[in-house]
Amino acid sequence: MPVVQNHGGPNGWKLHTTRQSMVRWFCWLLGVAIFLYCWNVISEATTWFFVWDSPRIAGDIGGRAMPPKWEYIDKLWEPIWDTLNMATLGTILALIMAVPVAFLAARNTTPNAYIIRPIALFIIVATRSINSLIWALLLVAIIGPGVLAGTVAIAIRSIGFCAKLLYEAIEEIDVKQVEAVTATGASRWQVMAYAIVPQIAPAFAGISVFRWDINIRESTVLGLVGAGGIGLQLQGSLNTLAWNQVALILLVILVAVVISEWVSAKVRGAII
Amino acid sequence: MSTATLSDVGLDDRLGRAWKKPHFITNPVLRYALLGVTIIYLYLAVNSIEVNWARVSEGLVRGWEFVKAFGNPDFTSRWTDIREGMIESIIITIASTVVGIAISIPIGLGAARNIAPLPVYIICRAIVAISRALNEIIVAILMVAIFGFGPLAGFITLSFATIGFLSKLLAEEIEDMSRVQAEAIQATGSSWLQWINYGVQPQVMPRLIGLSIYRLDINFRESAVLGLVGAGGIGATLNTAFDRYEFDTAAAILIIIIVIVMALEYLSGVIRARVQ
Repeated sequence: MPVVQNHGGPNGWKLHTTRQSMVRWFCWLLGVAIFLYCWNVISEATTWFFVWDSPRIAGDIGGRAMPPKWEYIDKLWEPIWDTLNMATLGTILALIMAVPVAFLAARNTTPNAYIIRPIALFIIVATRSINSLIWALLLVAIIGPGVLAGTVAIAIRSIGFCAKLLYEAIEEIDVKQVEAVTATGASRWQVMAYAIVPQIAPAFAGISVFRWDINIRESTVLGLVGAGGIGLQLQGSLNTLAWNQVALILLVILVAVVISEWVSAKVRGAII
Repeated sequence: MSTATLSDVGLDDRLGRAWKKPHFITNPVLRYALLGVTIIYLYLAVNSIEVNWARVSEGLVRGWEFVKAFGNPDFTSRWTDIREGMIESIIITIASTVVGIAISIPIGLGAARNIAPLPVYIICRAIVAISRALNEIIVAILMVAIFGFGPLAGFITLSFATIGFLSKLLAEEIEDMSRVQAEAIQATGSSWLQWINYGVQPQVMPRLIGLSIYRLDINFRESAVLGLVGAGGIGATLNTAFDRYEFDTAAAILIIIIVIVMALEYLSGVIRARVQ
């Protein structure tokens, strides 16, 4: 009778062998233990009285926040403009710096795979792993509060992201086109301009719009550490507990995020 | 072929017009209009940035000090603060990732059009949209206001952020799955739970593991800044270090963050390569 195969015991077919299920069971046990430990630490650091009180607090805040203070919008136009500029100029600056880094990091275009490529990869990892708020914190300490610090923070944070996606696109290009252009006797730069750039241009446009969308989101909060934009107003309203202003600012941020996502989706749809 | 010799007609005429690179935007009116708008925007934008050059040049000295501090980071003098902050960040990361995944799976199932009924689908998609639209820091501010300072606010923030990310990608993966396998399980007379467990889950598991590890990585990076708004973790220590211009301590913290992120990225690469 080939229908009943006793694999894991008398109960018929089983997904795993006994050994596999033991290993799995042990992994689950370990995972649950780690999680419970973590939860315990969080729980000890929490004042539970405040947590039990939180529904009332949330209701209180909600009551103060509604209705939003609509006339406050007059004071928000300039911060909104600053936020937009931080995101846009930051993205442009980042792209200017990311392109050479990407060409140095891609295996097929790097001039030296043992020294320059690791350096380029390190720049990518280092800029990517530090959040833009931390960059803003650092830059506010260095060049003072203001839109400039925010723009540079956005730019630095975006280098790694753009360069990583771009160098992956460069590594995936079609070698035949490069060979064809090289065969006409083109110089290194001509090969770059006529064989490599046209192949990565759509990816480049897609990446820039994608990053711009993310940067709009990130630039809305940079003001919290003093780097200009609408976050500055948010910080001020929070400090004065003006919850109806906070509500309006959050609404504006939400609208900005939705619009930027829509624009980015449209542009990417048109390009790709 | 014409019978004209080289001397009759110039070489350029015989070859036709010289080749030019085609333009990216073919319509010239649109092209120049876009160019004009871009230039005007850039002019206005750059002009609206107020730069206090005296402050900047003064700051460059400090910037150089920071760069030097990176070569000579100070791990020791604030080690207890750094250690506690780091442990708290890691704990927030792990706990919020676990809870986030646990909540994401049912929402992800609900947000997949091919297995969820329409009302459930709409509710789950709405949850995903809200979670994705709100920036982590803004959620953290609200959570700190509601639950008080401490890691609990950070934990809730990151769990909430994880839901938007993971549910959306999981739902897309379920929508792309092969219906054949799921139908085969259904044909054996399985219950709904068995159907999900044996028909759907094996198909999306590799991707789910990969995404979870990736999200762990993101959550760690985010947990490093939550402290700025009082939601626990290393961010508070970092903020204090910057405020006191203790760049060597700040550099030490940043180096630890970079190393952990690199390690996590390497780990996630290894695990994803194994499961996929």
